[in-house]
Amino acid sequence: MATKASRSLARMMMAPAVTMLMGWMLVPLIMTLWFSFTKYLPLRGDSIERGLDWVGFANYSRFLSSSAFWPSVQTTLLMVGGVLLITVVLGVLLAMLLDQPMWGQGVVRILIIAPFFVMPTVSALVWKNMMMDPVNGIFAHLWRFFGSEPVAWLQDASLSSIAIIVSWQWLPFATLILLTSIQSLDSEQLEAAEMDGAPVIKRFLFIVLPHLARAITIVILIQTIFLLSIFAEIFVTTGGAFGTRTLTYLIFQRVIDSQNVGLGSAGGVYAIILANIVAIFLMRIVGKNLDA
Amino acid sequence: MFLKSTLCAATALTLITAGGAFADGHSATITIATVNNGDMIRMQGYTDGFTAETGIAVEWVTLEENVLRQRVTTDITTKGGAFDIMTIGMYETPIWGSNGWLVPLNDLSAEYDAADLLPAMAGGLSHEGTLYAAPFYGESSMVMYRTDLMEAAGLEMPDAPSWSFIAKAAREMTDRDNDINGVCLRGKAGWGEGGAFITAMSNSFGARWFDGDWNAQFDTREWSDTLNFFVNMMNDSGPAGYATNGFNENLSLFNQGKCGMWIDATVAASFVTGDDSTVADSVGFALAPDNGMGVRSNWLWAWALAIPAGTQQEAEAKQFIEWATGKGYIEQVAANEGWANVPPGARTSLYENANYQAVPFARMTLDSILSADPTNSTVDPSPYIGIQFAAIPEFAGIATEVSQEFSAAYAGQQSIEDALEKAQAITNDAMEAAGYR
Amino acid sequence: MARNVSTQRKIITTAAAWTIGLIIFFPIYWTILTSFKTEAQAINDPPLFFAFNWTLENYAIVQERSDYMKFLWNSVVIAGGSTIFGILIAIPAAWSMAFVPSVRTKDVLLWMLSTKMLPAVGVLYPISLVFVQFNLLDTRGGLMVVLMLINLPIIVWMLYSYFKEIPGEILEAARMDGATLKEEILYVLTPMAVPGIASTLLLNFILAWNEAFWTLNLTAANAAPLTAFIASYSSPEGLFFAKLSAASTMAIAPILILGWFSQKQLVRGLTFGAVK
Repeated sequence: MATKASRSLARMMMAPAVTMLMGWMLVPLIMTLWFSFTKYLPLRGDSIERGLDWVGFANYSRFLSSSAFWPSVQTTLLMVGGVLLITVVLGVLLAMLLDQPMWGQGVVRILIIAPFFVMPTVSALVWKNMMMDPVNGIFAHLWRFFGSEPVAWLQDASLSSIAIIVSWQWLPFATLILLTSIQSLDSEQLEAAEMDGAPVIKRFLFIVLPHLARAITIVILIQTIFLLSIFAEIFVTTGGAFGTRTLTYLIFQRVIDSQNVGLGSAGGVYAIILANIVAIFLMRIVGKNLDA
Repeated sequence: MFLKSTLCAATALTLITAGGAFADGHSATITIATVNNGDMIRMQGYTDGFTAETGIAVEWVTLEENVLRQRVTTDITTKGGAFDIMTIGMYETPIWGSNGWLVPLNDLSAEYDAADLLPAMAGGLSHEGTLYAAPFYGESSMVMYRTDLMEAAGLEMPDAPSWSFIAKAAREMTDRDNDINGVCLRGKAGWGEGGAFITAMSNSFGARWFDGDWNAQFDTREWSDTLNFFVNMMNDSGPAGYATNGFNENLSLFNQGKCGMWIDATVAASFVTGDDSTVADSVGFALAPDNGMGVRSNWLWAWALAIPAGTQQEAEAKQFIEWATGKGYIEQVAANEGWANVPPGARTSLYENANYQAVPFARMTLDSILSADPTNSTVDPSPYIGIQFAAIPEFAGIATEVSQEFSAAYAGQQSIEDALEKAQAITNDAMEAAGYR
Repeated sequence: MARNVSTQRKIITTAAAWTIGLIIFFPIYWTILTSFKTEAQAINDPPLFFAFNWTLENYAIVQERSDYMKFLWNSVVIAGGSTIFGILIAIPAAWSMAFVPSVRTKDVLLWMLSTKMLPAVGVLYPISLVFVQFNLLDTRGGLMVVLMLINLPIIVWMLYSYFKEIPGEILEAARMDGATLKEEILYVLTPMAVPGIASTLLLNFILAWNEAFWTLNLTAANAAPLTAFIASYSSPEGLFFAKLSAASTMAIAPILILGWFSQKQLVRGLTFGAVK
């Protein structure tokens, strides 16, 4: 149905977006690749003007053989997976709850959506100081009230604590998308199933969940993109201590703390590879769902 | 039509904002990056006077310490030129100075009296004899203790205590039922937090970071002694969860009356005796402890103002530095807020001033600063300058990772042996990457 | 269609939903509340919920230390500018993807999303060097471009999802009537897509407003938005819970209020074509 003219027009209309994104991707990527093959220690006076020494794959093998590398990949996957699990499961339950008739639904929705508007730095600061502080935090007060010893959250349950903070930020997003999807569910179908005496679990598994599949994949896709590069939450709370060093944070330490741009760039390339592995895995699922 | 007008308005807004966005600031404005410490915040309040006097406007970029460090380091290495003055410490100054990134400050006016800067401070902020940053305030570390609790425990704090005395006093003062911990110390990860404390402490145990060939020394008995002593003492008489306590957390604990002793920066003395403290009337001071090996466990640090090379406003920036770190500023603060609140530790004349000598912590602060020697900080000779750090570009990164391993050991998540073993590997690996070994 | 539900069930549902809602909202509520306490009251044990002297002194201190309006204005300009830029570039792209799809359309879409996977910290040096080279450091324009590029994939994708829902026959009918492409987009397509565009605008504005890495690392005094404002309150010396709360409240209040007022639009749009 599309004519040749409209095709070339379409290409023209896509050009600005594609060109700009291409530049945004290629310029840093090429520079990162270049740096990753050089010795680039800015605090030792290395700079582009003075010329960078080519070191081949030395940075890559050093980054890979560092004792911090594999644990950081593991932490990254745990964190992303954990947050996805929490937000999707709680998101589905919450969406089903909000779909029920109730009083003040609008206000409840306002309360639940609020964390999404809070900037990551602020939410990390608030959770660290106001909620999880082992002396003055709300949790500490709560624990003491029930007669138990307050938990040093960011020390003894560091990764879970950060996952809680991040989940709190992303739960509204997941809930809203899932809620919109649930609301479009044909209620007659559900009622019919109810009449037939299908138990709640079965109704959920065979009617609700399949209907939500597409919304869930979209939640997973969008969130994964943002979660892989989580930074502020770790920087503010633990600074990478107590097993919370993700790959992104490890790169930060190499580039900023150690001021080793070559090594950090090699880490950046690894992060891109990891992201793409995750992406391919995701696209397989989502790509299929996008067709539907 | 609604849509059309929206689009028009949107386009117009975009053009306006984009147009204004690229404009530069006018010439008589200097931009200063600084840390959000109390003394710096106070200085910001006084800058109106500077502007009225000189006609130079001042823009402040106030950031938390870690963010500041990240921001100014990137700016100086990429020649960003976003700042005319940067607040940096004793660690950065010699490194940046030797790279030629800072404007030498050896031509400050006679009125400024650079010879009056405490030699320890001026020395730490110089490279090969040239001053590259002017100290706004300087600090060492010392013991702050509760005189009332000390008395109740039947002990008397000597002016120069030993570590074994501190451990004993801490045990005696600890009263878990009343939430009183004998001693509060930094355990928080980060080279400027727990890393600084344990490094300064290790000096008094005869440990060092590197031997003459830049080999890491964490496999030595001295380091193992240091960490074991520290962890045992903190388990016996430290607060719960001390592995995440830094300067701030300990200050808060001490001010709430929950610590018998606190060994930390001398600048804290004015806070624990100030309005926010519930124990202000019963605080005593002593030198940081030693172990009979000839080296005490106190550090040396200064927050200083430096001018990045290449700034367009070098003259104006120098004028500001002379104003902010000069004698006049100290007098101004003293007149308005009392002598206890002036920026300490930078100038000899301050400690010769009879008014300041009356401040309870003045003498112990000066003694602590005078007893710190960055060029000779370890029992066995070391190839680096610095007490709680080694003034080499790689140190911040290495020490942050090492201190994270230590903190994990403090939290009981790994053994001290494992932490030291990892520290050894991390350090040697990083030194190899930087081409030392 | 209304379902018939017993009052008892409605009460239980309401109670459960409100409890969960209040728990989720609690950290924000607590922050706002603490911002009106003195520092001593902020760390009172047990925590004070209502019985304290409400004070505005923390706001006064924060405002005295940093010029809030300047940071706020920068946030508005940068987030707004990047959003408008982004929408203007994304609409044609999304239009052509939705109405003149080719075999590669989905690949292009997925490729666009994949550009978001470059970790920001890894490219700090490259981007900083480019910014210095082109004198973009500490300019609002430079930040607008960066934030626009960061969010462009999401914008294109969202718009594409909405446009795809619009039946192609309507456009063809318009074309039959002799509408030019411009008229087709302006008068036929866009009005139908307004809800989608509105929610895209909103979501993008929120994302740009909350971006905290580039806005902090590429600014100094002139272009610094609220993310930089909050960075000066994160861990000062001494007691700071109340002041931190005040600064946090100031940083999130504008976007929170905007979000609440526009939540209907936002929610309607937050589907990414998920609803079938």
